[in-house]
Amino acid sequence: MNPSSSSQAVRCLSLRKHFGEGEARIEVLRGVDFQAELGKLTFLVGPSGCGKTTLISVIAGLLDPSAGDLEVLNENHGRMKAQERILFRRRNLGFVFQQYNLLPSLTAAENAAVPLMADGVKRGLAVKKATALLDRLGLADKAASMPRFLSGGQQQRVALARALVHEPRLIICDEPTAALDHKTGESVMGLLASAALSPDRAVVVVTHDNRVFHHAHTIAHMDDGIITQVETPKPALTS
Amino acid sequence: MNFIALRMLMTDRAKYFGLIFAFAFSTFLLQNQISIFCGIMQRTGSQIRDVTDAEVWVMDRYTEYFEQTKALKDTDLTRVRSVPGVDYAVRLFKGNPTARTLAGKFASTFTLGVDDSTLVGAPRQMLLGKWENLRESNSIIMDKAGYALLFPGEPFELGRVLELNDHKVTLVGISNASAPFVSFPVIHARYSEAINFQGRERNQLSYVLVRPQPGVTAEELARRIEKETGLKARTTAEFIWDCVIYYMKNTGIPVNFGITIIVALIVGLAVSGQTFYMFTVENLRQFGALKAIGVTNSRLVGMVLLQAVVAGAIGYAIGTGMAAAFFQATLHGMATRGIILMWQAVVSVGLLMSVVVVAVSLLSVRKVIVLEPASVFR
Ligand SMILES: Nc1ncnc2c1ncn2[C@@H]1O[C@H](COP(=O)(O)OP(=O)(O)O)[C@@H](O)[C@H]1O
Ligand SMILES: [Mg+2]
Repeated sequence: MNPSSSSQAVRCLSLRKHFGEGEARIEVLRGVDFQAELGKLTFLVGPSGCGKTTLISVIAGLLDPSAGDLEVLNENHGRMKAQERILFRRRNLGFVFQQYNLLPSLTAAENAAVPLMADGVKRGLAVKKATALLDRLGLADKAASMPRFLSGGQQQRVALARALVHEPRLIICDEPTAALDHKTGESVMGLLASAALSPDRAVVVVTHDNRVFHHAHTIAHMDDGIITQVETPKPALTS
Repeated sequence: MNFIALRMLMTDRAKYFGLIFAFAFSTFLLQNQISIFCGIMQRTGSQIRDVTDAEVWVMDRYTEYFEQTKALKDTDLTRVRSVPGVDYAVRLFKGNPTARTLAGKFASTFTLGVDDSTLVGAPRQMLLGKWENLRESNSIIMDKAGYALLFPGEPFELGRVLELNDHKVTLVGISNASAPFVSFPVIHARYSEAINFQGRERNQLSYVLVRPQPGVTAEELARRIEKETGLKARTTAEFIWDCVIYYMKNTGIPVNFGITIIVALIVGLAVSGQTFYMFTVENLRQFGALKAIGVTNSRLVGMVLLQAVVAGAIGYAIGTGMAAAFFQATLHGMATRGIILMWQAVVSVGLLMSVVVVAVSLLSVRKVIVLEPASVFR
């Protein structure tokens, strides 16, 4: 037994993914070896189009890999049934998107409460929990606001609350600061580093914003469908 | 998650109202057209339905509907009377003499001559005067619509004189007869006088009206009369249906209404379907985000269906309200009197709209099912 295996949140081995067939076939992941550990902020960086979004979609279970092995939180993804994968995602994963993807007809607190409600928690209780979390993220006075009245930074913090509210063990963020100015992006990333990170949670962040690299524990460089280099500028958070 | 579906539905006001309007509009149109169609069809039996003191109509063997009469012989009356189970059997004359007022207005009429001694078949719903006044000589009763036609703008007034094919008659009552299929004045007179209004043909025994003895059903008696006399005998309900079926088969009315009803259905389906589909497509990103978060397809389908059902139900309710208001407003109009919003139309359109709602949501449901959750990263 590898003693580090329990601290591993994501393990990809020779992961491959292609789209289309025949003439139109594109190899997007060409044998990705990638790890993300609990207690760490793992950055996935690389030029646009190199396959970062595809990789995290596969890790999140939103896309099926064409070949290779994938273990998430010690569960082998290939062995899970479709329905189990949805349940797994609902309980264990949190998402932050570049485009926020808040529901425009729900208040900030209701938006943040969605993962709890999706898992059957009563609306009142879920919204209460979400409101407390928004409070921690500095949005106490915005809980009842509709997304369209919030700034980009505020919306992304609501999205962060939504990613955290059900206390998932893996958080996946795709370019969370790309739509924000530098200062706001830095503060959102700071929140990710402080509020999201905990010893039994892994955070994977796709970005090409090198101004926020200083938050990373591990930086995996990706190019043309493979991981080319892994740096470990900081030690992991331990309990 | 249901409240999320409803919030989504109601946030885009323009689409929400558009959707409700589409459902309301087709509901209104369908209920309206079906009710008017049924109302008009029912009018083909108005004069049969108005005769409440007989239950069996005896006529010539080849008569198919009320208008199509061939004179019976006086001996036929005697033969009907001799059939066991007949309580009474009386004459009824039906003709279309022209009525002319002293002011010179004239109109073809729908004249019924009722049995002189019993007045069976006389109008029971009177607005002015008494039906018993028919016993006076040269007296007639006219329905209110006929009165309004021949004496436009004038208040109801008895004692007016008019001519029926050169016979001077006096108005002794105004009835509330059910609207006939064609908008002729409905006139009631005594048989012996009514046959003279007609001129040429003297013998005009159009129908024999029969009431069964207690304990004998109308159906039983009708069959027995047919068997024993060789004449045609129909119960009131059967005869009304004969008329409805005759007009359905032999006029363009069902086709006309059928086209309107089908167009209303198609327009309702197309407009609401289009609007709802656009609504779903515009919210696809939201559905994608929910899918990524871990909401199952069946839950999402439930949300889409809930949205369609709620919009459909509100539209249906508004449309039904509009139809009810329409018929309330036209109920007392002279041309539209008696045509009401039929509960059968409300129920059948409700069922129809449920099918429409399901059909409308199918495309949206499909869109949501095939939606790639990974698309939310794009
Ligand atoms: N569903 C898809 N069908 C076909 N090609 C795709 C699909 N998704 C991604 N791609 C292609 O895969 C490549 C990598 O895309 P992506 O993973 O989004 O890169 P990145 O996130 O690093 O910019 C791109 O060339 C893109 O066009
Ligand atoms: Mg990307």
